[in-house]
Amino acid sequence: MGATRDTLSVIQEMATAMEEHRRHLTQLDSEIGDGDHGNNMHRGFQAALERLAATNPETPSDILKSCSMALINKVGGAAGPLYGTAFLRASTALSEKEELSAEDVAAAIEAAAAGVKQRGKSEVGDKTMVDALEPAARAAKEAASSGKGVGEVLRAAADSAGEGAGATVPLTANRGLASYLGARAAGHMDPGARSSYLLLDAAARALGA
Amino acid sequence: MVGLVLVSHSSAIAEGTAELLRHMAGEVEVAAVGGDTDGALGTDPERIKEAIEGLDADEVLVFMDIGSAVLSAETVLDVLEPEHKQKVRLVDAPFVEGAFAAAVLASTGADADECTEAAEEARTELKLYNEE
Repeated sequence: MGATRDTLSVIQEMATAMEEHRRHLTQLDSEIGDGDHGNNMHRGFQAALERLAATNPETPSDILKSCSMALINKVGGAAGPLYGTAFLRASTALSEKEELSAEDVAAAIEAAAAGVKQRGKSEVGDKTMVDALEPAARAAKEAASSGKGVGEVLRAAADSAGEGAGATVPLTANRGLASYLGARAAGHMDPGARSSYLLLDAAARALGA
Repeated sequence: MVGLVLVSHSSAIAEGTAELLRHMAGEVEVAAVGGDTDGALGTDPERIKEAIEGLDADEVLVFMDIGSAVLSAETVLDVLEPEHKQKVRLVDAPFVEGAFAAAVLASTGADADECTEAAEEARTELKLYNEE
């Protein structure tokens, strides 16, 4: 099953990225949050890999759902529920599908971004994951509708997420712990926006894009 | 019977509030869920879910303290089986005062609507009165 194998590679690559960037994410979080984002994300994705190995899900949707449960239970903080929701909504968007088109993948990213917006009650400009995910969803949709393949859709999403994450640097935060810092949050990249970019970038790389 | 689940970043806050409720309201089903998976400050969706499922109550009111406690509780609602989900609601109220008001009413046999209303009123209930 091509799409199932690809989805597993995506999760594996995401877990590797969270391992590689663990210290940097934690450093970003210690500047404007409680300094645990890198460790939490790493722990969550390791739990996701263990859960996948133990449950052996057979469709992309089931793989994403399994990851969602691991992230909800093991990441902690606000990121656990938020990423858990993202993966759960992506899973629902792909339910019953055994093969994935570029449109399917774009729809999954869109559902994930919408889930995070809703759960976190956040908009673009609040200095959160949404600053990366919403532009990513828009870019994915555009890429899919202009006939790009799955890998290129993920690459377009990742690149836009990277720009969105970069754009959080000068912002003050309206959500999360950083919102208590007021103007002092400006000058730092939002760690959640950064991890959102890293995950989409890992997904694209897993498919050679 | 209405039961309560108390979700706090701190197990001491959750347990202490539950203790207060049991003492003041008496016969009421209360579950305290505080701290993260390691017992440190934080919230633990898995235990929130188990508390909701394990409570001996027809209706369950969930009280949350700050920040990710709310996100965790909302996310648990997404993953609950329908049989549990339909009897649960999250209450937007001050943690201690709201849970206290709801528990007192629950102990009298009030339904979830009445308990929720009492909890929400706790937000605007004055503790100090200005002398006119």
